[in-house]
Amino acid sequence: MAQTEQLVQLLIYGIQLGVIYALIALGYTMVYGIINLINFAHGDFVMIGAFTAFFAVNLAGVGFFPAILAAMLFPAVLSIIIERLAYRPLRDKPRLSALITAIGVSIFLENFPRMVPFIGPNFKRFPELITMRHFYVLGQASINSIQISNIVASGVLLALLIFLVQYTKMGRAMRAVAYNKDAAALMGINVNRVISLTFFIGAALAGAGGVLYSLTYPMIDVLMGGWLGTKAFIAAVFGGIGSIPGAVLGGLLMGIIEVFATAVYSELGYGSGFIVLIFVLLFRPSGLLGKAPLDKV
Amino acid sequence: MRKFLVVVGIIAVFLCSGAFAADEVRIGIVLPISGQAAMYGAYCKTGIELALKELAPDNTITVGGKKLPLTIIYEDNENKPEITANAYRKLIDQDEVTAIIGPESSSTALAGAPIAQSSGIPVVTIFPTNPKVTQVGDYIFRACFIDPFQGAVMAKYAYNDLKVTKAAVLYNNGNDFSKGLTEFFTKTFAELGGKVVITEAYGGSDIRDFNAQFNNIKASDAQVLFMPNTYFESGLQMQQARSAGITLPLIGGDGWDTPDLVTISNGSEEGAAYSCAFSHEATTPQAQKFVQAYRAAYNDVPNSNAVLSYESLSIVYRAIEAAGSLDGAAIRDAIAKTKLELPSGVIEFDSDRNPKKPAVIVMYKGGKTSYVTTVNP
Repeated sequence: MAQTEQLVQLLIYGIQLGVIYALIALGYTMVYGIINLINFAHGDFVMIGAFTAFFAVNLAGVGFFPAILAAMLFPAVLSIIIERLAYRPLRDKPRLSALITAIGVSIFLENFPRMVPFIGPNFKRFPELITMRHFYVLGQASINSIQISNIVASGVLLALLIFLVQYTKMGRAMRAVAYNKDAAALMGINVNRVISLTFFIGAALAGAGGVLYSLTYPMIDVLMGGWLGTKAFIAAVFGGIGSIPGAVLGGLLMGIIEVFATAVYSELGYGSGFIVLIFVLLFRPSGLLGKAPLDKV
Repeated sequence: MRKFLVVVGIIAVFLCSGAFAADEVRIGIVLPISGQAAMYGAYCKTGIELALKELAPDNTITVGGKKLPLTIIYEDNENKPEITANAYRKLIDQDEVTAIIGPESSSTALAGAPIAQSSGIPVVTIFPTNPKVTQVGDYIFRACFIDPFQGAVMAKYAYNDLKVTKAAVLYNNGNDFSKGLTEFFTKTFAELGGKVVITEAYGGSDIRDFNAQFNNIKASDAQVLFMPNTYFESGLQMQQARSAGITLPLIGGDGWDTPDLVTISNGSEEGAAYSCAFSHEATTPQAQKFVQAYRAAYNDVPNSNAVLSYESLSIVYRAIEAAGSLDGAAIRDAIAKTKLELPSGVIEFDSDRNPKKPAVIVMYKGGKTSYVTTVNP
């Protein structure tokens, strides 16, 4: 393959990985933006989404769209319950308490399904929901139907999210709560409901990300969310935690950098994300698009 | 007075536990019962259980003319080095086991072995093929062949049977097994006159995207692709390699030897060949007897993990009987003198505590393994 074809091919691989990071990073960033909590359990909603789709397809025989819808709804509802039970009682306590609770929730979400006999610790093969087809874009550089569906589905979800946040009343309420929770409450905004909604949206995006990830790499197990969540969290910090465009940019860049770094020197590909994070934190501690924290007086 | 009573109490507890230990033989077994490698562990467990059924149907062992009850203690290591170290400590300090069997991978065995060595507890590891494992010390044995041999077997297979001279390698640089096999394959392949033209790595079994690596391999002029990785990594790798348009023959190591590889690779494993410790199609009477017993017990064919676990338990059981005592050093010496006819051949240990045994090459055909050839050391 010629040089340009190689570059295009790697770019396609990078983008299809990056959009999944971006979808998951959005949940981290939104929850952080609203209540300053790093929700370590977020990565596990990816796994729960993937398993929801797995069972929806294998038991009910549904296709791609119902499967992804189910995979968004179930983790979303679960995340509201978790927020109500685990995080809300700690909201006015020191932030560290909620952070440690989040780690506990994550351990629970990873290990509880392991005990359930029909899930268990072993991996399962994710069903093929999209027929694999290859399309040549430039010479030998190709894109396949699963990569296209990843990119398109992520694009659609992102557009919906931006519409929701920027152009609806609920979105305005979210932005207000993110800006100042107490003032928003004084203005008559139901802060609890806004926070629940944020968790709902974040987990729904993670669930969708789980389905897209599992379509690309059709092997699911209860621990799949841990490492993927870490990557997405790095992407969120890289882009500027708290910023929605930042999470998208961070995710995309992470995916692309990782693929290119691996192509250049595969021994270090795995570490590239962490190296990038260190440099970003050194030179721009608040991330690429993050705002430097203002002291509220 | 109170202090005195406490001291007496502690001494009494020690005496009791000592007396208790002499009345019972405990063997600790460390396996990946959960986690990604759980399928290896499940096969290992079947092998152990079958060996117990044959050797000790009444759960006893004769030590120095005395029939003692035998207790098997299973510990889950999740295929993780740090958990293996904890499991070893628990077995040695709390359960006071006489000997340990397992774990079954190189990275985990390397984490546990030093603990057993310093406590003087003999260990027969099941399937860690990295040479460093038994170099930890004279209490550490293994039931399988080692990577220099296995790497050489696959290099010779590629060069002599597939008749290729340029190879590509994709390996996990966070795994001692994968690293070792890559090193020895590359060395032997070069000695034969071939060349590894491209070596691509990835950093751990959490990685699921190998597109960038395959992109480079595709652009190279390699004629065969060697992937010495575990089954849960290789299934995805085979699928992605084929999807990326790589049509090279695929070869691998014993990590591929479980039917679960096929559930992930989903057809892309067709024609892939690998080396392993045992083929259920082996024709020796010992092997056939084992395969029949296994089939009768589990309605399945045994893989390498099952065979090696069966052999590990047989080796330890016979050695404790031969030693005639529960002393670690005596059992160690008895294991070193092992000469047993077992399913994969006659087992004898060399001075590095590695068994001299052949490897078989097996190929995936129609989702099932099919025997190709046996290679002797």
